[in-house]
Amino acid sequence: MSELSVEHLIGIKSLTESDIQLIFATADNFKQVINRPIKKVPTLRDITIANLFFENSTRTKLSFELAEKRLSADVINFSAGSSSVSKGETLVDTVNNILAMKVDMVVMRHPNPGASVFLSQRVNSRIINAGDGAHEHPTQALLDSYSIREKLGDVAGKKVVIVGDILHSRVAMSNIFCLQKMGAEVMVCGPKTLLPKYIDKMGVKVETDLKKALNWCDVANMLRIQMERLDISYFPSLREYTMQFGLTAQILKELKKPITIMHPGPINRGVEISSAIADSEQAIILDQVENGVAVRMAILYLLAQKIDRPQ
Amino acid sequence: MQSRTIIDNKGVNLTITRLCYQLIENHQDFSNTILIALQPRGTFLLDRIIAKLKEIKPDLYPKTGSIDITFYRDDFRRGNSPIVASRTNMEHSIEGRRIVLVDDVLYTGRSVRSAMDALLDFGRPIQVELLVFIDRRFKRHLPIQPEYVGSRVDSLNSERVIMSWDEKEGKDEVQLYTIEEK
Repeated sequence: MSELSVEHLIGIKSLTESDIQLIFATADNFKQVINRPIKKVPTLRDITIANLFFENSTRTKLSFELAEKRLSADVINFSAGSSSVSKGETLVDTVNNILAMKVDMVVMRHPNPGASVFLSQRVNSRIINAGDGAHEHPTQALLDSYSIREKLGDVAGKKVVIVGDILHSRVAMSNIFCLQKMGAEVMVCGPKTLLPKYIDKMGVKVETDLKKALNWCDVANMLRIQMERLDISYFPSLREYTMQFGLTAQILKELKKPITIMHPGPINRGVEISSAIADSEQAIILDQVENGVAVRMAILYLLAQKIDRPQ
Repeated sequence: MQSRTIIDNKGVNLTITRLCYQLIENHQDFSNTILIALQPRGTFLLDRIIAKLKEIKPDLYPKTGSIDITFYRDDFRRGNSPIVASRTNMEHSIEGRRIVLVDDVLYTGRSVRSAMDALLDFGRPIQVELLVFIDRRFKRHLPIQPEYVGSRVDSLNSERVIMSWDEKEGKDEVQLYTIEEK
């Protein structure tokens, strides 16, 4: 395998295991590149990429922009707040206007699930989904699995628990697909109200007791409570959530074996994870950020290979 | 497709020995020299050269590395099949060093051009030389000439020169493949 089986990166669901392996192998090379004195390669110098963020993002946007620049691509940025979207323009029109300026690839984040697949069927460009509503966030899942592979040697056979707001989380959804394709066992853990009703049909274990979940797992991926997405009250108070599902040094000390702690960011210190744990040796949160750039470089590189050759 | 062996096992070994003496003549104790192989095929030749150098002068410890040129190629999106990257292994600083790039077959010179670009991203060497086992003369696309040449081969564009290694293909030899015109 030296080529992806897909034309766009819409979600992990449409990738095969060998696609993911290829992305990881390519990311290994780019990780080496970004740790050199000169952190850039000239590969994508004839490619222009538009980053369209219809929803706020700091980490993902910076990570993509850096990945694009490290590959020598030209980059244009767009944020919905300061655009004509507020003047009533449709998504397809906005994107086609940008593509008319000769843009080859589009990285898009959008609050509506399915926005990227909608776009990929209607415009002539490579689309990379940087998060669409509560649907998928494929690059985050890939960098999470990549970080597990880096830390523990392999993803296959590992036990991973995803803790927190599974209901509103695109990170959880993509992570479940990705981990299962790579042969890991997945458990979700959180208050009943924040676990989707039929989640067990995806082949994941469901647990509402954090201690039991942590005793079972090798890796715990702590998600943030997305207050901005909680339309009704799903739990009595944030304090009560922390008491039941917050990760503290005390809980970790009582476990039988040391586990690896992950967090996709942004962290709410003292809510889902205590400060001491977030800064501890067990947490690979900042490795995840570093790997994010390498994994995104790999995805951009592999998808750019599929753009029609210049005449 | 017809093939014929142009250099056999004995010839390969003899030529590597000669290349080693040439290297020693120019670089003496290799104290300021790094030998860098082009991934993936150059590494086989470099391994052989190092083994032979040790045989000739056991107290010699030449520094080595390997460089992958995938992200520096000028045929990205122009070739027929995508290329998979190999590992770059550059443990030594090349700043102010003498570099010898090592590859098996020199043809258009485009790989060497990419390798030089890749190399310069690691620092500023004082000198860069090129060692190849096979030099397909008259077929260059770029003004690149090797300092150390194992053997010069005159061939047609439609022909293919493939170097095999014992470690990989089970035999040391150089073969010339002729693709028959229909």
